[in-house]
Amino acid sequence: MIAHSVFFYIFSLIAIVSAVMVTVSKNTVHSVFFLILDFISISCLFIMIGAEFLGMIMLIVYVGAVAVLFLFVVMMLNVAEQKGQWFSSRWDGGNHIPVGLLVSLIIFVELIIVIGGWKYKPDLLNSLSINISTEVTNTRSIGNVLYTDYIHLFQISGMILLVAMIGAIVLTYRERAGVKRQSYVKQISRERDEGVDLVEAERNKGVKIDA
Amino acid sequence: MLSIGLGHYLTLAAIIFTIGVVGIFLNRKNVIVILMSIELILLAVNINLVAFSIFINDLSGQIFTLFILTVAAAEAAIGLAIIVVYFRNSDTIRVEEIKNLKG
Repeated sequence: MIAHSVFFYIFSLIAIVSAVMVTVSKNTVHSVFFLILDFISISCLFIMIGAEFLGMIMLIVYVGAVAVLFLFVVMMLNVAEQKGQWFSSRWDGGNHIPVGLLVSLIIFVELIIVIGGWKYKPDLLNSLSINISTEVTNTRSIGNVLYTDYIHLFQISGMILLVAMIGAIVLTYRERAGVKRQSYVKQISRERDEGVDLVEAERNKGVKIDA
Repeated sequence: MLSIGLGHYLTLAAIIFTIGVVGIFLNRKNVIVILMSIELILLAVNINLVAFSIFINDLSGQIFTLFILTVAAAEAAIGLAIIVVYFRNSDTIRVEEIKNLKG
């Protein structure tokens, strides 16, 4: 029990510090790295609490795909290093910083008040539960529910991913001039007359092509 | 203090959520950091859902987290595509210089 709480504090401390560093890093590449660290520590928390499948999926999806996508875009756009731009504003003289911090502080205090005033109500919470069974693994129980009760939502989320993929391709596609490309129509509609030329070759003279 | 309950996870999620909101408010560097702050906020929501799912002993929260993960991945892909197109057109993605959208 003590080990559990010690690990909880370690991982949550790493997560909070790296979340702050995502926000305040001057270099955008460093922000992406701290984002990766944040995701890793949160997925460690998930694995500790007993949601192993989601922890692993977080690692695969966020660290493996999303964060690498961020890193790729940052490096492609060459916007990583911007010196002296740390929360500085040329337009309104930095007036937005105290206001933003105040609003964020109010949001945080409200959230904490909600958590502190919240009471556990067992009769209310048992109404629609799909109970977590201790006999089968976490992955297996998620699969049992996901492919039966939630099959339509599962397929719709697949459609969302398809639409996102097509949208990203359509947004970033552009025609470039001067690029040699394959033309299937030209290749297929080629006839024998265009491709083959019969030449009468004479002795000891050879054949001159493209005459 | 030593036994970790639901409140600890909710507090952690509240802190990370607030850091994400601060990142959106105070950001003056570029739009990519704003997208990363949105990812942080979604992560905080996921922590809440998983913690409730475990402590209430109900699997629905983890299913919801899975769907939020899907939508977050799609959102990141589309957002980054929009940023790439914008950078190609106007050579900057600094927040204070983006005025074409009249926002």
